[in-house]
Amino acid sequence: MSKLTVSVSPHIHSGKTTSKIMLDVIIALLPATIAGVVIFGLRALLVIGVTVGASVGFEALFNLIIKKKQTIGDLSAVVTGLLLALNLPANIPIWQCVIGALFAIIIVKCLFGGLGYNPVNPAITARVFMLVAFGSMAKAAFPTIVDTVATSTPLSAETMPKLLDLFLGITGGAIGETSALALLVGGIYLLVKRVITWEIPVSIIVTVFLFAFFKEGFDFTLALSQVLAGGVMIGAIFMATDYVTSPSTLFGKLIFGVIIGLMTSLIRYFGSYPEGVSFAILFANILVPYINVWTRRKVFGTGVKGNE
Amino acid sequence: MKKCNNMSLFLKGILKENPVFVLILGTCPTLAVTNTVIGALGMGVAALIVLVCSNVLVSLLRKVIPDNVRIPCYIVIIAGFVTIVQMFVQAYFPEIYELLGVYLALITVNCIILGRAEMFAGKNTVGKSMIDGLGMGVGFTIAMLMMSIIREVFGNASFAGIAIPFLEPFKIAFLVKAPGGLLVYGLLIALVYVITKGKAPLKKSFSCEGCPSKEHCQTGSCEVKGGND
Repeated sequence: MSKLTVSVSPHIHSGKTTSKIMLDVIIALLPATIAGVVIFGLRALLVIGVTVGASVGFEALFNLIIKKKQTIGDLSAVVTGLLLALNLPANIPIWQCVIGALFAIIIVKCLFGGLGYNPVNPAITARVFMLVAFGSMAKAAFPTIVDTVATSTPLSAETMPKLLDLFLGITGGAIGETSALALLVGGIYLLVKRVITWEIPVSIIVTVFLFAFFKEGFDFTLALSQVLAGGVMIGAIFMATDYVTSPSTLFGKLIFGVIIGLMTSLIRYFGSYPEGVSFAILFANILVPYINVWTRRKVFGTGVKGNE
Repeated sequence: MKKCNNMSLFLKGILKENPVFVLILGTCPTLAVTNTVIGALGMGVAALIVLVCSNVLVSLLRKVIPDNVRIPCYIVIIAGFVTIVQMFVQAYFPEIYELLGVYLALITVNCIILGRAEMFAGKNTVGKSMIDGLGMGVGFTIAMLMMSIIREVFGNASFAGIAIPFLEPFKIAFLVKAPGGLLVYGLLIALVYVITKGKAPLKKSFSCEGCPSKEHCQTGSCEVKGGND
């Protein structure tokens, strides 16, 4: 019999490590990545490759410069790069991808202290930065496999594309955001692997759906297309559920999701940008510390009368 | 020995106590006029002249000015010099006058100038105050130039109005706008912090003597670095 070892808790480790979780996220993103390459052609693959490569490269470089332990092994830079790339249109100039990766990794993540210390999601912030900084983001690519009218994003088109096209992703937009089917497959994988929980994605999607449902005069099709078009799916499933920048309590997650859904719909219907998911997530990211404090569970036994 | 002291007095305004990047003073012009190199240089030199003149005069009058009304007195002195500089610029450099607009008149309430009058010139000799004003003014000008070069070259693909053709397809117009200015400002503050290793001797220089909150202050030391406009 081995010696009795004495150690402090926790005694049971679930086996989950950062790199394993990140690997799961990458696997979950694969369907959307493949769908994006199929829909938008090889140019999309180039954008993804450059953005992921630049993200990992910048993190390695930063760690070298400040003589920190190398952290690229945790794969979080790969996830950030992949998420950012999937949020870019396939026809974006390549140098802008590199600037976007630089912004996401160096400015949003590394300068704030690395993974776990970033107050906002790096990929979302870089997307917002690129949206504000570069005009090319607005001119989103349109699919190469079918003939469609060149539109910036289906949300600003005069006639909404068919629901099935939106569901499969045969429409204009960013590389990874168009195919709701592929994103859902990835989302279900993450749910089964217990990497994410249902609260945030469901509350975002339901809020967007209900807002559109009431705004469009109880039109089911239009409301559904609001959910399927644009970045709601990828935002709800992959961006908003980032551990670092989402609330940790159940009630907090629901509030977080409703805020994102509400902001998205408000920007879409009343704002000057056609798409508002990334702004909404960035906005809600900043509120997370407050949501966490506000929804903190009462310690058992406190707050009872005569027990102070 | 004395010369050496004067030299360090001059140099501290450039890096160790740079008014813009370390003391975080004068943020308003730093963000507002650094989208062009010409504007930034004009603002820097104008503030430098006002700073040196007001430092000298405040130092000369430091024994005459009653302590209770020193801030209004400083502002009157500074406003006088600003008016002179403003008229001079309007007469001889009308383009720069147009470019700087209201920010030229706003040098009056630039925290660097009032701050140096309060923190240094009001307590030190004329010679030292002049050197301090020069150092701080040069530090301010260098900071403005650094900001404006980054913003104009990468944001507008030009330097001091001269276009740089090979950067034209890669320009990031965001940097010329106000949020881009804040971004560049933050990054430069971080850079200077790394260079000085965060050892800027702020607490010593911000002694409680002459602090307007001295009577109400509970802590006895200043945790907050600098101030803002």
